[in-house]
Amino acid sequence: MATTKVSGGDTPMLLEIDGLSAGYGRIEAVRNVSLAVGRGQLVALVGANGAGKTTLLRTISGVHRSSGGRVLFDGRDITRHRPAERVRLGICQVPEGRQVFGPLSVADNLRLGAYIGCDRRVIADDMDRMYALFPILKQKAALPAGTLSGGQQQMLAMARALMGRPRMLLLDEPSMGLAPLLVEEILAAVNDLRKQGITIFLIEQNAHAALSIADHGYVIESGKVVLSGTGAELLGNEQVRAAYLGI
Amino acid sequence: MSAQFLQLLFSGITVGATYALAALGFTLIYNASNVINFAQGEFIMLGGMLTVFFIHTGLPMPLAVALAIVLPAGVGILIEKLAIQPAKGAEVVALIIITIGASLLIRGLAQVFFGKGSFGLEPFSSHAPIDIGGAVLLPQSLWVLAVTALVVVMLWLFFSRTVMGKAIRATSCNPLAAQLVGIDVHWVLLLSYALSAALGAIGGILLTPLTMTSYDVGIMLGLKGFVAAVVGGLGSGLGAVLGGLLVGIIEAMSAGYLSSAYKDAVPFVLIFIILFFLPRGLMGAKATERV
Repeated sequence: MATTKVSGGDTPMLLEIDGLSAGYGRIEAVRNVSLAVGRGQLVALVGANGAGKTTLLRTISGVHRSSGGRVLFDGRDITRHRPAERVRLGICQVPEGRQVFGPLSVADNLRLGAYIGCDRRVIADDMDRMYALFPILKQKAALPAGTLSGGQQQMLAMARALMGRPRMLLLDEPSMGLAPLLVEEILAAVNDLRKQGITIFLIEQNAHAALSIADHGYVIESGKVVLSGTGAELLGNEQVRAAYLGI
Repeated sequence: MSAQFLQLLFSGITVGATYALAALGFTLIYNASNVINFAQGEFIMLGGMLTVFFIHTGLPMPLAVALAIVLPAGVGILIEKLAIQPAKGAEVVALIIITIGASLLIRGLAQVFFGKGSFGLEPFSSHAPIDIGGAVLLPQSLWVLAVTALVVVMLWLFFSRTVMGKAIRATSCNPLAAQLVGIDVHWVLLLSYALSAALGAIGGILLTPLTMTSYDVGIMLGLKGFVAAVVGGLGSGLGAVLGGLLVGIIEAMSAGYLSSAYKDAVPFVLIFIILFFLPRGLMGAKATERV
């Protein structure tokens, strides 16, 4: 079991990132980042466009190679694990820009979210739960996912990730390109998931929205973590207010 | 309908069915990796040649056919493992050139191993032609059509009903998201190579009793399968089948009504005409993605 502590709490960590670096060729997009996400917490990482948020998340889910440092999940070093192995351990990512399987039906998208699952009955139950959580998906179950609106695709992408029965959900800019009302709806759904006990690591450009629901937050700039604290602390921080909240 | 027309239609559909199988092979690998696998024709050749070889060694027909499907599938896996996988991350053009290299290697080995001769195969069932409206239909043509139809239906069921088939489709439309739900995309690629090699081999086995086979039949059959895939709309399974039949029928008609000297040129003229008017082919995907 991990021993690192978050400020103020003493929850054992589910995800720990230790000196992680990653990049594209000679360009380092993530530089020596260390952070931790406690069991059952909602942790937000905020930063401007191009700060390295998405690269960091992709390194955690294994679709991007790290060039240094370690990723620990539940105390286990998963730095060299393939993406599929990480999904099996319970790390599910909702990628930036939704990335639903456009030509496949909504129901098929959900079914593939449980690709690693094997118990048919459990999968069918999970699909019913997703339809209860996002009723619009039930109405559109037979339609190609590509025909859904942006907000509906975001719901589908989240539901697809939840079908993998994640212990940890990685969310990449769920508010991107959505109308303010929808942003609220999506973030309320994220908050509900946390209440159900799913650990969430949320990445957002929309700093205010993300920090107001987060237990803990990190601010990333040019690939480096420059600030961290509780959600409330960061919302009150002068630097953060000036740089990200426009106040 | 004149008897001649009907006769040409029969032979066109028969040959077209094997083009359709080859085109489906192109489509599978193209969907999985955007690569045109120019070794596809060699799988057609291997299917026919290996069947002939195993029957000569005294194996019963069903076993010979089974081996002639399984071995090319193994060759497909080897190509992916030994030639495509090490070049991972290379440009698509480089990968396509690698497949051309693989096809030369397979053809060369086949020439050394089987020799340069042409080989035939006994039809699967009786020789007695069936008379339909003055035209003759060979029982072997029925075999070709029935087996092709069966394969197409099975493929359709695989891709629309099974989780594995859906996972392959998901990988072809979004490899990143596929990895994020735990699909092993490399495994999908291997499976695509094995499947498309098996499809080519089945076509080769079916066609051999009608047209003979030799070490170098793969070039022309493969290229015509490619034309069929492009005419049908690269990436579309239904398009590959329609494209295959269309190429086969037009080729047979032009051989019959114009001159058989132009037979091999016709598919390539067809590709120009179709692509000029329908750049995405007959059933090509329309770009309707919502951002």
